[in-house]
Amino acid sequence: MEDDAPVIYGLEFQARALTPQTAETDAIRFLVGTQSLKYDNQIHIIDFDDENNIINKNVLLHQAGEIWHISASPADKGVLATCYSRTSDSKVLTCAAVWRMPKELESGSHESPDDSSSTAQTLELLCHLDNTAHGNMACVVWEPMGDGKKIISLADNHILLWDLQESSSQAVLASSASLEGKGQLRFTSGRWSPHHNCTQVATASDTTLRGWDTRSMSQIYCIENAHGQLVRDLDFNPNKQYYLASCGDDCKVKFWDTRNVTEPVKTLEEHSHWVWNVRYNHSHDQLVLTGSSDSRVILSNMVSISSEPFGHLVDDDDISDQEDHRSEEKSKEPLQDNVIATYEEHEDSVYAVDWSSADPWLFASLSYDGRLVINRVPRALKYHILL
Amino acid sequence: MDPGSASSPPPSQPHARGAMAAAATAGSSPGSGPGDSPEGPEAEAPERRRKAHGMLKLYYGLSEGEAAGHPAGPDPLDPTDLNGAHFDPEVYLDKLRRECPLAQLMDSETDMVRQIRALDSDMQTLVYENYNKFISATDTIRKMKNDFRKMEDEMDRLATNMAVITDFSARISATLQDRHERITKLAGVHALLRKLQFLFELPSRLTKCVELGAYGQAVRYQGRAQAVLQQYQHLPSFRAIQDDCQVITARLAQQLRQRFREGGSGAPEQAECVELLLALGEPAEELCEEFLAHARGRLEEELRSLEAELGPSPPAPDVLEFTDHGGSGFVGGLCQVAAAYQELFAAQGPAGAEKLATFARELGSRYFALVERRLAQEQGGGDNSLLVRALDRFHRRLRAPGALLAAAGLADAATEIVERVARERLGHHLQGLRAAFLGCLTDVRQALAAPRVAGKEGPGLAELLANVASSILSHIKASLAAVHLFTAKEVSFSNKPYFRGEFCSQGVREGLIVGFIRSMCQTAQSFCDSPGEKGGATPPALLLLLSRLCLDYETATISYVLTLTDEQFLVQDQSPVTPVSTLCAEARETARRLLTHYVKVQGLVISQMLRKSVETRDWLSTLEPRNVRAVMKRVVEDTTAIDVQVGLLYEEGVRKAQSSDSSKRTFSVYSSSRQQGRYAPSYTPSAPMDTNLLSNIQKLFSERIDVFSPVEFNKVSVLTGIIKISLKTLLECVRLRTFGRFGLQQVQVDCHFLQLYLWRFVADEELVHLLLDEVVASAALRCPDPVPMEPSVVEVICERG
Repeated sequence: MEDDAPVIYGLEFQARALTPQTAETDAIRFLVGTQSLKYDNQIHIIDFDDENNIINKNVLLHQAGEIWHISASPADKGVLATCYSRTSDSKVLTCAAVWRMPKELESGSHESPDDSSSTAQTLELLCHLDNTAHGNMACVVWEPMGDGKKIISLADNHILLWDLQESSSQAVLASSASLEGKGQLRFTSGRWSPHHNCTQVATASDTTLRGWDTRSMSQIYCIENAHGQLVRDLDFNPNKQYYLASCGDDCKVKFWDTRNVTEPVKTLEEHSHWVWNVRYNHSHDQLVLTGSSDSRVILSNMVSISSEPFGHLVDDDDISDQEDHRSEEKSKEPLQDNVIATYEEHEDSVYAVDWSSADPWLFASLSYDGRLVINRVPRALKYHILL
Repeated sequence: MDPGSASSPPPSQPHARGAMAAAATAGSSPGSGPGDSPEGPEAEAPERRRKAHGMLKLYYGLSEGEAAGHPAGPDPLDPTDLNGAHFDPEVYLDKLRRECPLAQLMDSETDMVRQIRALDSDMQTLVYENYNKFISATDTIRKMKNDFRKMEDEMDRLATNMAVITDFSARISATLQDRHERITKLAGVHALLRKLQFLFELPSRLTKCVELGAYGQAVRYQGRAQAVLQQYQHLPSFRAIQDDCQVITARLAQQLRQRFREGGSGAPEQAECVELLLALGEPAEELCEEFLAHARGRLEEELRSLEAELGPSPPAPDVLEFTDHGGSGFVGGLCQVAAAYQELFAAQGPAGAEKLATFARELGSRYFALVERRLAQEQGGGDNSLLVRALDRFHRRLRAPGALLAAAGLADAATEIVERVARERLGHHLQGLRAAFLGCLTDVRQALAAPRVAGKEGPGLAELLANVASSILSHIKASLAAVHLFTAKEVSFSNKPYFRGEFCSQGVREGLIVGFIRSMCQTAQSFCDSPGEKGGATPPALLLLLSRLCLDYETATISYVLTLTDEQFLVQDQSPVTPVSTLCAEARETARRLLTHYVKVQGLVISQMLRKSVETRDWLSTLEPRNVRAVMKRVVEDTTAIDVQVGLLYEEGVRKAQSSDSSKRTFSVYSSSRQQGRYAPSYTPSAPMDTNLLSNIQKLFSERIDVFSPVEFNKVSVLTGIIKISLKTLLECVRLRTFGRFGLQQVQVDCHFLQLYLWRFVADEELVHLLLDEVVASAALRCPDPVPMEPSVVEVICERG
């Protein structure tokens, strides 16, 4: 069972922003946003043909500025949001906007007719998230289960909840909250919890993790000093409602139970530099992906704190199969948390990793030098989890 | 004396030959006369000697040939041999006549004559002598005959006298016969009368004895009379006596019992009472019970007084005094009881022994409980000598009853208590060592915190380290010495198997020493884990010092301490012990973690400085750089301070050879060829791809830099780690910002400045180049208008700053 070799795709520019096309559940498709101060920035739509191991790309121009963050609507394949910075009058301002890509690209045209030399198409601006009063946008997150009408954006020390109206052409600030305190508090990252009817959002600022209730826009919990240094990213366990993972500049990945914020449930220390990204697998939450500026991507198997601590429990057992399963379960019981693989294809800092929304065994990682690497979970492990 | 006997010694001896010659002359002198030539016997001596010899031989049945040394002599059967047994004169003469010339014949004739004469004289002498002897023998015999006759008469007379005497004697005894019989009878009657008198007097005597308190005497009398009275009780008079006696005896027994019960008297007197009562035929079973009950009362009294000594308040007498009291009071009492019991109730057999054992066990366990309570109060102090002496007395005291009462197992229980106390002491010492270590750490913290306030440098790190190390070592030694008392030869329990084996190996070596070193490592490691998160909780210097301490332990101290332990406590136990290497590995791991953590903490401090400086500045609207930014100077200063700090404790370490290059030359390489090479594509906007391509190619040839990699135990490695962390932070921060032209130039200046000063700290200066290059390259990428500063200007600014 030899694992497929990783597929590498190179962008011409530096890049930090990566997202799967969340609404797409059939094709493996990632969106990558570039960072260039001198040229027009682009959004690359990367289609991965799993069977032939071939990458197809389409390039959209994003002329507004260099992209710091990108996220795709969970409801509409063609809608995405970016945080981009604009330089004007020797000032840099990071704004956020919702865009629509051209219709023919929504579901990926399988052959880009005349390569990259052709004039790239342009995104259609749906609306700006007006941040003149709030400062630089750090990230934009969509309501995970919703109809693509609600967006949270983090701007400096404000957390803003927007309603998209009239087929996303207008963004109305529904409610907001802000961090008060000494010093320059600034949100670095945030995630919207898929649990509790999507009423919870968690944010990271400096070394602290905070949970918010989107209905009242009030703080629910606060994990002070979650990391020794800056918290870079966090993610919710898709299957266990109180569990979330965070990562930061202390090279650690920590797993928290939000009901007990004094101690992390588990701590991983595998990276040798800041960990910029942590992502739970959408369906098998024992698989945790982390990307770090030590140029490595690490896939860990956190069985003990996953929703399937004894392996995948098969509930449609045939009676004849029961014995097999029992013996199997026995053998699965002593599963240990471990690092499954360390991927070293990158040569610069990895700022973004994410799982495909279509194939739970596939993920992409993006390093600053514009290298996108698509990898798969090792087959042995895949079968081990499935069977 | 005959000549034959004179010739018997071996012929070769000169003095023997002389003696024989003398005999020959003496022998020949009577017959030969003075006319004999003196040389005659001289010359013929060998001849004669041989002849006599030969005759002797003949006599003893030895052939001539068998005689030692002589060449074969003449044939013994030769008839011509003058001395032979088969000598035939006719043949000889014939032979002579036939063979010899006249002169020789003449010679042999004279010779013969002379020989004959000599023989004659010899013979004569012999005859004379024998005759004389014979005559004297005859005289003697005659005299004897006369004497014997006289003696015979005397003997006859004696026989008749004896007969008369016998006769008389028989008559006398016949006359005395009947008198003797009467006397014998009278004597018998007298004895009987005396016995009877004793019997009749018995009641009064007994009464008197009882009155006087001479119970022993009374019991003896009673014992003597008992059997007789028993036998003659059918006679009324005796019956009366017996009844009287019984009454008195009953009274006596009662009195004895009362005395016994009063219990005021000591154990020996009680024993006496019991003995008497037993002699009086009281039931042993009951007495046995009562005896034990009384003994129990007394011993419980002892226990109560011991308990009173324990008291609710802190004990007044020290533990030694306490065990002394216990030993002499309780254990002594128990010994007496046991000895008396065994003496008195030996007849009781195993059941009795069992009773005693139960008794001893029960009281013993109460005593032990008291002793343990007292010992528990003793756990506080650090000094073992008093405790060990107390335990020794306690244990020694209990060995005596232990021997008496093997079944009660008191000695075993005592040994167990001693072992338990020993274990507790070990635990106590371990706690003490831990506390001492923590105390040392607190001292170090204070010492580290103090000098900042005082303004001058306090005791150096090296000095602090030495202080800590020596203080811990002395504590360890003190603990070892204190614990060693338990195994001293003169201590009675030191030869118990526990103290010879388990105590030494598991207790002292594993529990105390290894346990302490482990806990030390853990304590040290705990500084890396929890509080280190916040960064400031543990002073970095403490981390450094602990790391060095652990490293020193790994290299020397552990093996020294363990050797010391093994020597002091000759470990005979075969149970597995932690090998030195494992412990060393643990210490080394701890040292490594501490040092790595130190690097992280220091790296974080500098990182924070750099990060703040990059994040808070408005890089787009900055002015043209005139100076190196103050923060960079601060970074260099801090790095130098760290370098000094680490240098106090760690060796220099190795650098790559090129570090001998002057910074000047490095600088020129950096700023001219390399730097310009890197920038060239950036500001020729024709080829956006080239930037990536170039940097990627460059990366292909440079090794991946592990930023938070483990460090080695030397200064250079530590500094390299810190600088790596700092510069990587700078890189990441720069990438998050957008730079104006002057912003880029400022970064350029800053990096050059860092380059100028940081290379000397690291193992491989190429690393600093690489990271700084990357910083500048990233800044250039993050700049919409990348116009780098002239290298010469950069140089000038840096040199000025």
